[in-house]
Amino acid sequence: MREAAVVSQPNPLQRIPGVAIVLGTLIVLFGAIAPGFLTPANLSNVLVQSTILTMLALPMTLIIMTEGLDLSMGAVLTLTSLCVAIVSLATQSMLLGLGAGVLVGAAFGIVNGWLVAILGIPPFVATLGTLGMAQGLSLIVSDGQSVVGIPHSVRDIYSATLLGIPVPVVIALVTYVAFHGLLYHTRFGSYVFALGGNREALRYAGLSPNKLLIAVYAIGGTMAGIAGLLMTARMNSGHPTAGLGLEFDAIAAVAVGGTSFERGNGWLLGTLLGVIAVGVLRNGLNLISLPSSVQVASVGVLVIVALFLDGLRSRT
Amino acid sequence: MTDITKEALSPPRSFLSQDAIQLFYRLLAVFLICAVLAVLNDSFLSLGNILNVLRQASLTFFIASGLTLVVLTAGLDLSVGANVALSACVAGTVIHTTGSPTLGILTGLACGGIVGLLNGIMVTALRIPSFIATYGMLWVLNGLTYWYMAGETLHGFPAGFRQIGSGYLFGLPIPVYLLLVFLGIGTLFAQRTIWGQEIYAIGANPVAARLSGIPVTRRLLLVYAVSGTMAGLASIIFLSRLNSAEADIGESLTLPAIAAVLIGGTSLFGGVGTVFGTFIGALILTLVLNGMNLLSVSANWQPLVTGIIVILAVWLDMKTRRRT
Repeated sequence: MREAAVVSQPNPLQRIPGVAIVLGTLIVLFGAIAPGFLTPANLSNVLVQSTILTMLALPMTLIIMTEGLDLSMGAVLTLTSLCVAIVSLATQSMLLGLGAGVLVGAAFGIVNGWLVAILGIPPFVATLGTLGMAQGLSLIVSDGQSVVGIPHSVRDIYSATLLGIPVPVVIALVTYVAFHGLLYHTRFGSYVFALGGNREALRYAGLSPNKLLIAVYAIGGTMAGIAGLLMTARMNSGHPTAGLGLEFDAIAAVAVGGTSFERGNGWLLGTLLGVIAVGVLRNGLNLISLPSSVQVASVGVLVIVALFLDGLRSRT
Repeated sequence: MTDITKEALSPPRSFLSQDAIQLFYRLLAVFLICAVLAVLNDSFLSLGNILNVLRQASLTFFIASGLTLVVLTAGLDLSVGANVALSACVAGTVIHTTGSPTLGILTGLACGGIVGLLNGIMVTALRIPSFIATYGMLWVLNGLTYWYMAGETLHGFPAGFRQIGSGYLFGLPIPVYLLLVFLGIGTLFAQRTIWGQEIYAIGANPVAARLSGIPVTRRLLLVYAVSGTMAGLASIIFLSRLNSAEADIGESLTLPAIAAVLIGGTSLFGGVGTVFGTFIGALILTLVLNGMNLLSVSANWQPLVTGIIVILAVWLDMKTRRRT
């Protein structure tokens, strides 16, 4: 099994150019035209703001590697963020809030995995359905209103620093290291590669591809739960549209990062650079006073270009 | 999949086929929902409410009918809702600046059609999977619309134009007549023309379709352009009914449209389904949402219920057709 992982790992040298060129171009471009872009304060701001996206894009990479997709992530994050807000408000405990968020997120992940693996519903439709469900539940639990008055213990997570590094960045880095270890250095990781590339091999090895697939989606939901805590802390409230469209930024980061939508191989470092590229794009457009609507459209264009290039590469 | 030639060449859908049985179940569902609602709520069977349901269903149907053709080719168009919003805002601006509803209607249709064509180009020439290409398009359109409108609302359109969405003719809302027209055109196109049959063939087996000489790329472009144009048409009806246009009007339209297609029995895997089924699907969905409304369930529950219906519809379709 270990060999399988080594074989299916993409050659990083072949991949670095794509995402590095995108990121480099964006940094040079905004360094030239956006006032204040290259200041340490702003760059650190980009990193802090990219943390929530990192928490979604890493599991999204695993899901896309299995030739799946999770369109519900943004809506689930909204719901978990509301759960964190409501529970921490009621109990004044950050940990109970986090626990509630993670539970709800994991439950949605398991439902997604069950719909895809056991019922065999195509992932984009299954998760479109759960997107509606999570969106509906968010409206129901919040009654369409913001949840305010979050305890300090939650709020502080976003603003605190550890050894001079903002805590959200620390959380994102730890998550990255954990995902790297999981994907490249455990059996589970090689199974994830096999889920995308060769499900039959898993069956012959006596493993259940269905259970593994459910686990992959469950990881996605769980991460959305943890990201929900960061979102609530960042906004200092729970809001029924907080995570709207975040799954798209996550898909963008994965696509720009060079993970293929068709061949079942993924590259986590590429996803991380992709997240930063999306963050730089949004931040830069913001600095040159373009509204968030233009940022959204630009990310859309970025995805289409990245997928087009991915398709070109797979044909040559 | 081996019955591709049969699928493509035989006269479509004989009346004793499995499709007829499927249709019967759906009509039964319509009847049951109506019966339950009539018992639970007195005002359900009032003329006003029935006309309201038909008008509401026709709006969902316009978007969903074009989408049906896309799904028949085993594709998906997630951008329809955002397309409605952009087309409505562009058409509204044209009417305001030129004062000509005709020009506005043509612009709305053209805007929708161009967006659809772009989707088609992404799927065919750039070979991006349709659900992800149109999902990207969704956000591009959203961004464009919000940027273009900059938080403004367009309102106050000529009275004649408003008749399209809110007027009556012989006691029936005008959108219902449009619904009948497009139901007829859609059904004739899909079942009785070569192009329609080629679309079924592409969905059933794209490789076989290509090998048997069907111009797959051109048909796919057509299908996405039709889906976009129908979204453009829906935008006109919305504009004239609401008498206003805002950037966010499309956000709650995509999921119901997809739900209508899937409830109507069109298979996500392509090649199976009818435009008439989609009409029944739109009717079932509208009845459910209307019923919730009559029973004073908060509108907040609608996305949850629609989401569950989407999943149930796909699951039932797969179960009854024994596809995996």
